[in-house]
Formats: sequence, structure tokens, C-alpha cells
Amino acid sequence: MKASAFSYARATSVVNALELLVAHGDKAKVLSGGQSLMPAMNLRLISPELIVDIGEIAELRGIAVRGDVLSVGALTRHVDLLRSPEIAAHTPLLTEAVAHVAHPAIRNRGTLGGSLAHADPASELPACMVALNATIIISGQAGERRIAAEDFFTGIYETALSAQELLISVELPVAQKNSTHFFHEFARRHGDYALVGLAAQAIVEGEEFADLRMAFFAVGDRPVLAKAAKKLVNVALTPAVLSEASTALGEELDPHEDHQASAAMRRHLAKVLLARCTSAVHGRPDLDAGGPV
Amino acid sequence: MEISLDVNGERVEAHVQPRLNLADFLREHLKLTGTHVGCEHGVCGACTVRVNGEIVRSCLMLAVQTHGASVETIEGLSDSGEVADLQAAFRDRNALQCGFCTPAMLMAAQDLLKQHTDPDREQIREHLSGNYCRCTGYQAIIDAVETTARLRMERQP
Repeated sequence: MKASAFSYARATSVVNALELLVAHGDKAKVLSGGQSLMPAMNLRLISPELIVDIGEIAELRGIAVRGDVLSVGALTRHVDLLRSPEIAAHTPLLTEAVAHVAHPAIRNRGTLGGSLAHADPASELPACMVALNATIIISGQAGERRIAAEDFFTGIYETALSAQELLISVELPVAQKNSTHFFHEFARRHGDYALVGLAAQAIVEGEEFADLRMAFFAVGDRPVLAKAAKKLVNVALTPAVLSEASTALGEELDPHEDHQASAAMRRHLAKVLLARCTSAVHGRPDLDAGGPV
Repeated sequence: MEISLDVNGERVEAHVQPRLNLADFLREHLKLTGTHVGCEHGVCGACTVRVNGEIVRSCLMLAVQTHGASVETIEGLSDSGEVADLQAAFRDRNALQCGFCTPAMLMAAQDLLKQHTDPDREQIREHLSGNYCRCTGYQAIIDAVETTARLRMERQP
């Protein structure tokens, strides 16, 4: 199908974009890379009256390291993340995760800010933001707001962003010494939405986790930072400890059922990922074996 | 809205509605019908074109967003001879039947071969994963891309 008719404005600056958003409220929609918005419009799931195209706003681009923070502009495309040496050096979790996002032609247009503002619970980047403990920077006419990624995602396609605000950038803590990551998703085909996925960022000391942030995706209405991961921190990793964490994870998650997978299957796969992550990070094949269930 | 862009090296000035997507602009306004329209929501890949040298879904881009850009379609790649060997390999390997997906498949394959001169079958499969083919079962397409990569390597001095 074709999108229904709309007016179009090419915003020249953040200030200009905010003026347009304030004037038109929720009748307007921000167009970034368009890789989620355009399908929704073509399918007539949404029919905004005004499209505010932010694609030409130079101040929303760029990846920069400032001290121990990596700042990534909202218009940074998936392909830019994939190729960025700064991202690879400081948040390698993102480099690995982005390769799983859709296909090359989509990654050439889709943006970080667009993906986060869209907040599909099955998509990779929101979960990475939660695992990496990112801060989301939002601009509105009243000024700037900074929100922890954990609090930014509020439901299916829902975020803390209001219709009069613009997502400007994200700030990511650069990887510390001894930090490591794990990313894996189960999908029917490469580039498909995940059935279940895990983005994890950890700090390892000797044979133990000193910190572990596990963000599961496609198992709820938003990325889920697993509390069960705490059971694996500062403790000798044994099959019994892993089993306890796995049970806790199963109780904590409340996955949905759809045509791709039942809730029980999603819960099972999440437990498999928990085990694989622990096993892979510590080089402990004895902890994997398909995952304790 | 008025737009001005390059299409296959030629300057194009046009007046378009904001809702018009790039695929329809190419097909209906410029009569470049090699760009095919399948699903119209970014899943099938049949509308793949190059914008500023990078492949994109033309059904997920508005014509007004291409103002000032350089767009290349299969007609451009075909006329310049850039994909002549790839097209020949597709014929030789029976990598097409109905041909609906072929222009976009060539676009995506050429994009891969520009970035990786010697891709393995898994890399080919991954790069073409966003392009659906309902006839061939894909194996012949992967054969054709693999053959082209090898022949191009052999031609290198």
C-alpha cells in the first residue's frame, strides 16, 4: 500500500524541529531513517498529518569520546555504528549487535535515535542501551532531559519521549578494564526479529563476575534487565549457582506468546542464553550443555 | 515540492507530492521500471536501489528525501556495464526464473562484491538475506555471485 497524504517539513535545526513538534503535537511524526516509520505509514497503521524530517540536522550526527563517556548522535546510522572504530573500541557490544539488525539496505538508512524512539521490544539496540547503562538525551522547549535507558523504555513502542520532544543523542560509559560482553539472538533467519535475544555487559575478576548487566529482548513489552543476573555476581560459578539463577530468570520473565514462539519456548531460550553467556564469558563449557532447564 | 537530484548520472528536476516514495517516483515519473515494487514495507527487497553509492529500500524512502542526492537504478548499472559479468553469471547459473527479484538481487550482490572481493557463501547469503526470491531456492543465486567474485579476482592483474 501507499502512505496516505501528509505535509512535509525539512527541519533545519533542533530548535526548528522542536518548534514544529510543539506547534503540531501528536499530529506530527519525526522522520529519521524511516525504516520503521515508513513501513507503518505504507501499511496505514499510522497516518500523521505532518512529517518532520530531521535527516539534514548536522548537529544530530557524530560519535565522540569525552573522557570516559562515548556520545553518539541520534542520526548515527546502523552502518555507521558497525564501521566505527570508536564504537568497536569502547562499546564492542554494539558493534556485534548491529550486525544482527535487519539487512544491509536497512542498516544504510536506519538510525540509532530512530530505533530507540520506536522502541520495538524485539529490537536489538534498546536492549544494548539497557545493558550498557546508557543515558538518553532528550531535548524539548523547556530544555534538556537525561534519562537512564532502563527508565526510557516504558512499553511496546512506548518511551518517556513526549510528542513535543526530540531524542538528541545517547551517552555510553566506555568499557572499563576487565569488561567484556556477550550478544546472541535466536531468530528464524538472519536479519529477522529475534524470538529471544540477550545483550550483556560484564566486568570479570578472575573466575567471577564483578558486575553483570543482562538485557533480554523479545521477552516482554520492553528490554528486561534481568535481576537474576545478580545471583551470578561475586560468587564462584558452579552448575548449582547457575541453576539457581536460571530458575530465578524463569520466574522473573513474563514472555508473550505469538505465532513464532510460545511463552514457554521463550522462557526456555532465555535460560539457554543465560547459560551460554556465563559459559562463553568464562570459557567454561561445563556450564553450558544446552542450558540447565 | 520541488526536488532536484541525479538519476543514473542525469540531472532530474521534478515536482512531487511528499507522500510519493522513491520507488514510485522512479517507476511512474521517470519510467525506470527495472526497480520493482513487491511488498511496499521493506521486507522483500525488490525495490533496492543505490542512493549516494549505498543500497537502500526505495519503498522506505520518500522522493523528497532524495533532494540533492545521487540515485542509481538497475538501468544505470546495466547500461554502464558495471554488472555485465554478474548478469551473465545469473544467466549461466539459472539464478533467475520469473526475474522479479533479479534487478534488486544484482544491486545487493554488486554492493557485496564492491565491499568484499572474495566473500564466502555464508557472507553472500547474509548480504542477500534482505532480498526475497520465490523461484530459485537461492542456491543458484549464491553460485552466480560466487562465480562472479572468482572471475573478477582472476581478472585482477
